[in-house]
Amino acid sequence: MAVKGRSGIRRALPFLLPSLAGGLLFSLLPIIISLFLSLTDWTGMTPISLNPVSFLPFIADNFTGFDNFKTILTTSEFWTVLSHNLYFIVLYLPLMLIFSMTCALIIGSRRHGSQVYRVLYYIPVLTSWVAGALIWKWLLSPVYGPVNNFLAIFGIEGPMWLQSEVWAMPSIVLASVWKDMGFYGMILLGGLKAINPEYYEAAGIDGADRCQIFFRITLPLLSSVIFYVVMLSLINAFQLFPQVMVMTTNAGPNGATEVMVERIYKYAFRFGKMGYAAAFSWLLFIVIMIFTLFQKLGERRFVSYDN
Amino acid sequence: MGKTKKALVFVLLSLLIAAPLFANGASESGDDVVTIRFEQFSGSDGTGSGEALRQMIAVFEEQNPDIKVELQTIGYDDYFTQLQSKVVGQNTADVFELNYENFVSYASQGVLADISGYLGDTSGFNQTALEAFNYNGIQYGVPNSFSNCVLFYNKDLFDQAGVAYPTDDWTWSDVETASKQIMSALGEGIWGFYRPLTFNEFYKGVAQNGGALMNEDGSAFTVNTPENVETAEIMAGWQIDSHIMPTEAEMGGMGDWDLFKSGRLAMLVTGVWAFTDFSANCSFDWDITIEPGNTAKATHFFSNGYVVSADSEHKEEATRLAQFLAGSSEASAIRVAASWELPPVTYEDVLSSYLEMTPPENREAVFESLDYLVPPPVVVQQAEMSAIIDSYLQQILYGSMSAQEALDACQAELESKISL
Repeated sequence: MAVKGRSGIRRALPFLLPSLAGGLLFSLLPIIISLFLSLTDWTGMTPISLNPVSFLPFIADNFTGFDNFKTILTTSEFWTVLSHNLYFIVLYLPLMLIFSMTCALIIGSRRHGSQVYRVLYYIPVLTSWVAGALIWKWLLSPVYGPVNNFLAIFGIEGPMWLQSEVWAMPSIVLASVWKDMGFYGMILLGGLKAINPEYYEAAGIDGADRCQIFFRITLPLLSSVIFYVVMLSLINAFQLFPQVMVMTTNAGPNGATEVMVERIYKYAFRFGKMGYAAAFSWLLFIVIMIFTLFQKLGERRFVSYDN
Repeated sequence: MGKTKKALVFVLLSLLIAAPLFANGASESGDDVVTIRFEQFSGSDGTGSGEALRQMIAVFEEQNPDIKVELQTIGYDDYFTQLQSKVVGQNTADVFELNYENFVSYASQGVLADISGYLGDTSGFNQTALEAFNYNGIQYGVPNSFSNCVLFYNKDLFDQAGVAYPTDDWTWSDVETASKQIMSALGEGIWGFYRPLTFNEFYKGVAQNGGALMNEDGSAFTVNTPENVETAEIMAGWQIDSHIMPTEAEMGGMGDWDLFKSGRLAMLVTGVWAFTDFSANCSFDWDITIEPGNTAKATHFFSNGYVVSADSEHKEEATRLAQFLAGSSEASAIRVAASWELPPVTYEDVLSSYLEMTPPENREAVFESLDYLVPPPVVVQQAEMSAIIDSYLQQILYGSMSAQEALDACQAELESKISL
């Protein structure tokens, strides 16, 4: 932390270069280019060169100003898919927090065998989304799937899951919680371990019960970590994509699982509207930015930091 | 200011570094032998057609010692994504495959070569299929296969229910009557008919009811005409009124072919490429007939073609390869022997050997169906157009809109989003 001024940067640069070069080339450059493309009606089906000499004239030739943004914001589709994303978040976020918190508490309980759970909860995180989504698709198959057959034992007629307009999104949520709870559980676990054990000892002496300890000590002291988890998962939730693509064909029954990134992908690679897709992705960026800013404001009010 | 300048330099520098990465990978060629890069999706090893394709290439290389073919096969699901990135990066193969639906999208972008000057004798081609790869009067490709849809029926189910087999004269109402008879005779779990309300089936259904999705010269959409609304109502009715067809939910993720092969479906409208699978995996007798219409007959037209890249340095050789694989009698014979769709040719001996194979007994129906071909409406924004139509057809099935409301809204959205 003590590195000061320019000399520090100069000394650090050689060490940073390998990842910096990759970041510039494969993240920053495409981001800048997509901004240019969002102002054009490029189809994504004609040759393009990044050579500055021909790139700028190319943009100028296809330039349509802010037409793409105007069109997107005035058609109902954008608002529909945004509402699908928000619906996903409303279902996913509380479930994910409860499950990952439970994961963290179980692993952190230091009981015999709790380490086994650390592995079990983390396996879904390491599983590729495609494999995981295919398994969930099969689990949730209405007639032949294990989930509905299990429910049938208790006389419950399971829903049509991915084939139903109402249940398609909850099915995606279910799979996403399964996939993510281990990851966020690990982050929460880190927060749990950082809490000074003296608080618990003091609470024990004062005769607090487990409920009081959890809500009065653990939760407040974990609030900064929880906020971090919420922010991270919110950003990821807006970028919801692979599970939707694998689990539902053509964005679900009656378009029930049409979401932002799915639209961007379709416009860019299926409908030959690369410029439109680029504009769509910048709008997604703005939406995420707005939510993140709101959260930052909320953080100041609700988070207490333990010193 | 200094910081901004530095950032600018950084960006320009990275642009410079990046430029060669996206540059054209020049194709190498020897002194006298030309290497032709060839990319396709329809020949795959899963179905034996990959082997057939390699045989065709071997014959071609033997006949054309000056050309060496470099074959690259890419699965259909990824094919168009990778093709798009190659086109953008100016690194397309000399010869590549396109399906009819995507052909116009690419032809209109100027990335395909005009091959009329290089094509030899094209009289052996089926002319409907050949014309499909002509855009604005320019021949951009040659068809390598084509296929259509027919009505498949499970003879055993018809026998058990004591219902007469479908004939070429059947209409939709005959299908509905027979389905009801079979379903009431054989009880639960048996379905009468399967033909989903999707863009592909709808454009054809519309023609079978005397309508069309576009006007004659393709300058305007005519989606919400009274006869089209009626078509949508009838086709949706198979699922939601007469219920002779299972809904998407009742299918529970099962495919239509699987339902047919399991012996629980009396009639299915699907492509003739199902022959191989059904011959191997149906434990009952089945046959085909021309698919029934309402007031008119209309059958589906699918075609894949080979095109030549506008960037190719060897357009003549590339065209020679495309034409050989697509339309020569040698290649066609190999294609038929491998049961790999229908070659788009008119050679008698090739076609008669195709007809000799059974099942189905009534294989002639495949050729008889050709008399009623209606190609789908093809526009530059093909994929987007069919996605829009699909989404409104679903609204009808899910009961959120009436057929009239859905097609009115569909017409309006097509007019605002699809340029003709």
